[in-house]
Amino acid sequence: MVTLDDLKTPAKNTWCPGCGNFGILMGFKRALVQLGLDRDQVVLVSGIGCHGKIVNYVNINGFHGIHGRVLPLATGIKLANHNLTVVGFAGDADCYDEGWGHFSHAIRRNIDMTLIVHNNMVLGLTTGQTTATSQEGFKTKSTPFGSIPPALNPIAHALVSNGTFVARGYSGDMRHLVNLMVEALKHKGFAFLDVFQPCVTFNYLNTYDWFRKRVYKLEEEGHDYADIETALERSFEWGDRIPIGIFYRAERPTFRGSLPQLKEAPLRELSTEDIDITPILRTMM
Amino acid sequence: MLVFSLIVNKISVLIGGEAGAGITRSGFLFAKACLRGGLHVFGTNDYQSLIRGGHNFYIVRADAEELYSQADTIDLLLALNKETILLHKDELVPGGGIVYDAEAIALSDEELGRDDLKLYSAPLIEIVKELEGELIMQNTVALGAAVALLDYDLKILNAVLRDTFKPKVAELNVKAAKKGYDYARENYAGDFGYRLERTALGGKRKIFLTGNEAVGLAAIQAGCKFYAAYPMTPATPLLHFLAPLDREYGMIVMQAESEIAAINMVAGASFAGVRAMTATSGGGFCLMSEGLGMIGMTETPVVITLAQRPGPSTGLPTYTGQGDLRFVIHASQGEFPRVVIAPGDVEECFYKTLEAFNLAERFQMPSIIITDKYLVESHGAADPFDQDIIVSDRGLLLTDDKYMREEEYLRHRFTEDGVSPRIMPGTVGVIVRTSANEHDEHGFTTDDPELTTKMADKRFKKLDALAKYLEKYETTKLYGPHEADINILGWGSTKGPIREAMKLLRNEHLKVSYLQIIYLTPFPVASVQRILKSAKTTVVVENNKTSQLSSLINEHLLSDIDHKILKYDGRPFNPRELSQRIMDAI
Repeated sequence: MVTLDDLKTPAKNTWCPGCGNFGILMGFKRALVQLGLDRDQVVLVSGIGCHGKIVNYVNINGFHGIHGRVLPLATGIKLANHNLTVVGFAGDADCYDEGWGHFSHAIRRNIDMTLIVHNNMVLGLTTGQTTATSQEGFKTKSTPFGSIPPALNPIAHALVSNGTFVARGYSGDMRHLVNLMVEALKHKGFAFLDVFQPCVTFNYLNTYDWFRKRVYKLEEEGHDYADIETALERSFEWGDRIPIGIFYRAERPTFRGSLPQLKEAPLRELSTEDIDITPILRTMM
Repeated sequence: MLVFSLIVNKISVLIGGEAGAGITRSGFLFAKACLRGGLHVFGTNDYQSLIRGGHNFYIVRADAEELYSQADTIDLLLALNKETILLHKDELVPGGGIVYDAEAIALSDEELGRDDLKLYSAPLIEIVKELEGELIMQNTVALGAAVALLDYDLKILNAVLRDTFKPKVAELNVKAAKKGYDYARENYAGDFGYRLERTALGGKRKIFLTGNEAVGLAAIQAGCKFYAAYPMTPATPLLHFLAPLDREYGMIVMQAESEIAAINMVAGASFAGVRAMTATSGGGFCLMSEGLGMIGMTETPVVITLAQRPGPSTGLPTYTGQGDLRFVIHASQGEFPRVVIAPGDVEECFYKTLEAFNLAERFQMPSIIITDKYLVESHGAADPFDQDIIVSDRGLLLTDDKYMREEEYLRHRFTEDGVSPRIMPGTVGVIVRTSANEHDEHGFTTDDPELTTKMADKRFKKLDALAKYLEKYETTKLYGPHEADINILGWGSTKGPIREAMKLLRNEHLKVSYLQIIYLTPFPVASVQRILKSAKTTVVVENNKTSQLSSLINEHLLSDIDHKILKYDGRPFNPRELSQRIMDAI
C-alpha cells in the first residue's frame, strides 16, 4: 500500500507559491493513498503547461507528452494494458484549446480512465494569455481589449458527449477535491473532473477569493446526479453561484468492454508467438 | 486487312468504366484468373477522387515470362462506358480489341478514328437484365466475353468468382460470365489475335495482393497489437484490411479522430508494451510530425507507414508520387535518429515491414516505411510469404523474469550503445517514466546543459549499433552487373518500371544495372559509393520534381548524378516510356 512519503520525488517543484496546482497535487496523492493503489500500477499522463510538471512530482509511472495530446496518449496506454490505472492531467489550454479535438471522442468512447483538468482560465507557463475558459472580456497580453467570445463550457460539453462521470472540483477545498478524485478513480468508464485552480500570477480575476464566494456543492443541495436533465441545467449555472461536485454519473459499456479479444487478458498479454498468417495467404491465392 | 500472327500468353488488358462500376474488382478477378493459369501477372488501378461517375480503370498485364509493371500499350479494352473507348483507343495496339455493348454505347467511325481495331460488341446489359442481376454485373459478362476471345479456360474464371463472392452472388456471376463467354464464342470465335493458355505452373501457388495488404500481413506477423489510423488515400485500404482481422489475431485496430490522435495513441500503446503501428499519407503525416518528434525524444518504438500521393497539400489525392522523401527524413523539430525504409514491391512490403518492427523496438526509435499509391494499391504476385525468415526481435524489452532488481530501473539509463532497457509499466516494483521534455535518466524534466548534451549523444549513439545490425538486412539491391554502360539508381515503387525498362535496354544491346536503395535513413553510403565508383553513366529515376534521391546522394557522397529522369504527373512510369527517356538522355 502506498503512503504519501512513497509518492515523493526528488524533483524540485517550480510552481509559484500559492499556485492552485498544489491543491490538485496533494489531493491526487491523498486519493491514491486512500484508495490503496500500488504506485507501479498507476500511469500518469500529462500535457504541456504548468500542470504538466505534475509528472515530476508524483512517484508513479509517467508519460509527459506534448501539448494537447494527453487523451490519445492515455487512450493508447489504457487499451494496451487495461489493468493499469490511467490518469490524464491537462490544463485548460491543453485540453480545451490545443487538444479540444480529442475531448468529446475520449468521452464518447468511454475509455476507462480519469481526466483531471487544471482549469485556471489562463495560460500560465506562456506568461498569461487567454484560453477557452477565460471569461468574456478577460484582458491578457494577447487580448489587451478583452477576450471576445464567451467562455467554453466543458461540463456541458462532457454531458452532451455522453459522459459517464462529469464532475467539477475546486483546489481550494481539499477534502471535497479528494473525495471527487476518489470517486473519479473508482468510476468504471471515462471520469472527467474539471478543477478550478487559481493562477496567482496571471489570473487577476478568478482568484481564491472569487471562487470562495461563488462555489457551492451540488450534493448539499440535493442534486440527483443520475438525472441528465438537471445535470445539464446545473452545468449552465455561472455567475454569483457556481456548482462543484458530481454533475452526472452513469454506467455504460467501456470501449474495451466492447472488444471480445480483450475479454480474457490485456492486449499486451496476448501472445505474439505462433502467429500464423497462412489462412489469410490462402485467400490471396 | 493486315494479318497478325497469334500472340500467346502475352497480353495487356484494360477494364474501364465509371466509379462504382466495380472496375478494380473485375480487373482483379481477371488478373487472378490469369495467375491461376500459371501466368505472371501485374495489376494496377487508376481512379479519381469521387464516388460515382468519372473514369476509373484497371490494367492487367499477364505474361508467360516474369513481369514487374504495366505495359505502355493495351491489347484488349473492356469498355463499360464510352469514355473508356475515347480515352484509351490510342493506347491500343494495331489489331487490338474492344469489348463493349453497342446497344448502350453509340460509337461512330469518326469517333473511333481508327480502322485497325477489332470491335467486339456484346449485349452486356441485356444479359444482366435477362439474369435479373444488378447492372454492375455487366463487368462479369465482359470478363466472360474476354475469356472466350482469348480462348482461355472459363473454369478458371468461375473458380475465382466462387472464391471471391458469397455463394449466391457467385453463382449469378458465373452465369453472367457464361453468357458473355457463349456470346463471344458464337460471334467472334478465332477472330482475336491473342490467346491465353494455362501453363505448367498453373494452379494455386502464388499469392496476388496489394502493397497495403502485404504491409498489413507483416504487421500481423510481427505481432503488432495496436493499429490506429485516420482514413486517408492511399493508406486507407490498410485500415480496411486489418479491421476485420483484429479479433481473430488479438489486435486492436481502431479509427482515431485524427492523425494527431492516431500517432499519440500508438505512442501510448507502445509505451505500455505492445508493438504498434499507424499509416497515413502526406497530409496526415504532417499532422503526425509533432508526435513523431515525441516518439524520437521518448525513445518509443513505433512503426509509421507513409503512402505518398502527389502534393503539395491535397494535390492529386488518388494518384502516385515520390515527393515526400526529404520530408520523412527530416520531419519534426529538433534532431533525433530514425529509420526510413522504402520497399519496392509487394514482397518487400512484407519483409521490410517486419524489419521495421524489429528496428523500431531494438533501437527504440521511429521506423518509417515510405511507399506510394502505385505500390500500395497495385496488385503484384509473390510466392506465399515465408514466416520464418525474419524473426521477431523485441530488443531490450525486459519482462518480469529478466529484470534484475538490484539496481533502480531508469527508463533512459546511459548505456554503452545508447539503448536503455525497456520495461512495461505495470511491472511490480518498477516506475517507468518518460518525457517529451529533455529529461534525465529517470525521465524527470531537465534543462541542464551537460545532461542535454549527454542525452542527445545517447540517442544518436544508437546509430552505430544500428549500422552494425543492418549488416544482416538488405539495405540496397543490385540488379545487373556491377560494371555497366548505364547504372540506374532509384527507390520505392519505380522498381517495377525500371526492371521492365532494363529488359528493353538490354534488347538494345546496352549493359545496364540498377541499384535499388531500400534504406534511405540511415543512408547506405558504402554500397552506393561502390556503384558510383565503377559507373560510366549514372541515371536516377524518380516520381518527383526535384530529384530528392540525387540530392541525398550528393549530400552523403558529394557526387553528382549524370542524368535525372523525373516524372511528376501523378502517374507511374511505363516501361517503354522510361527506356526511351533513358536512351534519349545518355
